[in-house]
Amino acid sequence: MNQRKAVLPMSARYLINAALCLALILGLKGLSASGLLSDYFTKILILVGINIILAVSLNVATGYLGQLPLGHAGFMAVGAYTGGIFLKSVNAAAMSGAPLVLTIAAAILLSGAVAALFGVIIGVPALRLKGDYLAIITLGFGEIIRVVITNIDSVLGFDFTYGASGLKRIPKFTGALNVFLCVVMTCLVIHMVMKSRHGRSILSIRENEIAAESCGVNTTFYKVMAFTMSAFFAGVAGCLYAGNLGSLQPGGFGFMKSIEILVMVVLGGMGSMLGSVVSATVLTILPEALRSFDRYRMVVYSAALILMMIFKPSGLFGDYDFSLSRILEKLGVGKKPAGKEDAR
Amino acid sequence: MKRYNENTRLVPVPSTSVIPDRDVGKLPILECRHLGIDFGGLTAVSDFNLTIGRTEIAGLIGPNGAGKTTVFNLLTKVYQPTRGIIMLDGVDTAGMTTAQVNHAGIARTFQNIRLFSRLSVMDNVLIGLQDSMSYSLPAAILRLPSYWKQEKVARERALELLSIFDMADLADHEAGSLPYGAQRRLEIVRALGTNPSLLLLDEPAAGMNPSETAELMENIVKIRDTFQIAVMLIEHDMSLVMNICEGICVLNFGKVIAKGTAADIQNNPDVIEAYLGKRKEGE
Repeated sequence: MNQRKAVLPMSARYLINAALCLALILGLKGLSASGLLSDYFTKILILVGINIILAVSLNVATGYLGQLPLGHAGFMAVGAYTGGIFLKSVNAAAMSGAPLVLTIAAAILLSGAVAALFGVIIGVPALRLKGDYLAIITLGFGEIIRVVITNIDSVLGFDFTYGASGLKRIPKFTGALNVFLCVVMTCLVIHMVMKSRHGRSILSIRENEIAAESCGVNTTFYKVMAFTMSAFFAGVAGCLYAGNLGSLQPGGFGFMKSIEILVMVVLGGMGSMLGSVVSATVLTILPEALRSFDRYRMVVYSAALILMMIFKPSGLFGDYDFSLSRILEKLGVGKKPAGKEDAR
Repeated sequence: MKRYNENTRLVPVPSTSVIPDRDVGKLPILECRHLGIDFGGLTAVSDFNLTIGRTEIAGLIGPNGAGKTTVFNLLTKVYQPTRGIIMLDGVDTAGMTTAQVNHAGIARTFQNIRLFSRLSVMDNVLIGLQDSMSYSLPAAILRLPSYWKQEKVARERALELLSIFDMADLADHEAGSLPYGAQRRLEIVRALGTNPSLLLLDEPAAGMNPSETAELMENIVKIRDTFQIAVMLIEHDMSLVMNICEGICVLNFGKVIAKGTAADIQNNPDVIEAYLGKRKEGE
């Protein structure tokens, strides 16, 4: 059937996507340089980016793995505090140029790694459970992380998280550009994993666990892997969040934050990366656009969710994923064998 | 047909299993000894003994609720047996998980189809073929050459397997959207992808019309011949069982009531009673 359909070669697909990302970056730079992009809009753009990473990463556990963890804010907190403490302790505020870039990259990766470690620790026992039970146990773990952070303000006489008074004076490194890069990397990595044997195994668990097991899929391993990947990117988002605010309060990583992220995923459509990206964008901009309406935000959230469940239970996009090359192929561009869809 | 001679390394079991001539003298692919499982106080299967030759097509039949699917679930470790041992290719499978049993060589299909219905036909088969690929997670993320190479080989293999059932042109379809018969066939293809030495088919002909069943029969024999594997099937369609099964085992109330060739089974009074009931006195 490959002869019938025009198919773009892989290299062309990657080139198109890379070119698009580059164009967006340049556009972003141009906008901020020309002064058209005010500080206020930059802030919103950063928040959108962070929320996209959170939603896309939670989508790995809910949409692709088919589980319902409710402790995503906990992993974000771990990442945020790891990044914050690391940046403070290496005194990143005094750096500039290449060392600064490297330090920021290290902070982001370290935050992700520590969050992923927590993902493994929590995932191994929690993923033995399913459905409601998994939701409750992850909810509990998320709260435990928050409570622990509140209470270990100092360890062995060294200041650690500064407890309830909050971790302050974190170097503010987060800008629209590095958030954008992180969003692209997150989507790209998750996409690459999902279109590999590992990703297929994760999807097979969602579809039918017993069948997956009898096909030789080590379900425990892939469950923990998906959960860990989800936690990793939540940690990355947390680090960007810390670098954006410059100070952290443990109260900000409560149960409601987890729900907020889950709402984004469910609204966008579980299992659709495009859905997560779009709904994270909409749900971040909406409260800003409706500033005066802010106190009703949760009402709107719940109303939107209920309406969604009634009229389109699979979410905005279902499990449809956007593919630029597929659209180009429909338009008749390109030729030769099939491969995968593209990143964003 | 010769009666199978017990393997002396194991606790001897009185066995009347039928092994085709070509498999006699070779290590049997499967040996169940005194296999049994209790659910609470209920004994679902008890004292199940069976030997299957390396390239045998074996049938497992019995009335509804006899415990046939339970036997399959025991063999694939969906349930852990309460008693007895299962030797697969001479290896005791005690303590293995379902996935490990699959790696060891048992693949199965399900009575109520369990496809990955929202994934494409190709992805379904590729999940079956997942053991044929070994690239690491970083290799997948960075799209290293090992990724491209192994994916390409696996895709070609998947198309090859699909073409056994003439399904290669359905590769891009969503598995759940296929017609019922095609879903059953896809399940077999997916199971074959895991490179089994014993294929368990749970009612493969259910819901198929007579011509589809006839085609399925040919295909089961073809699969056995090309892959040189053993097939064990549960089936209610007696024409299929009697035509292609070399050894048949009849189960009733969790117990084996008869074993033998098709001719043995058809004339066995216990089997007739189990299926048709007892003739009343004086009738």
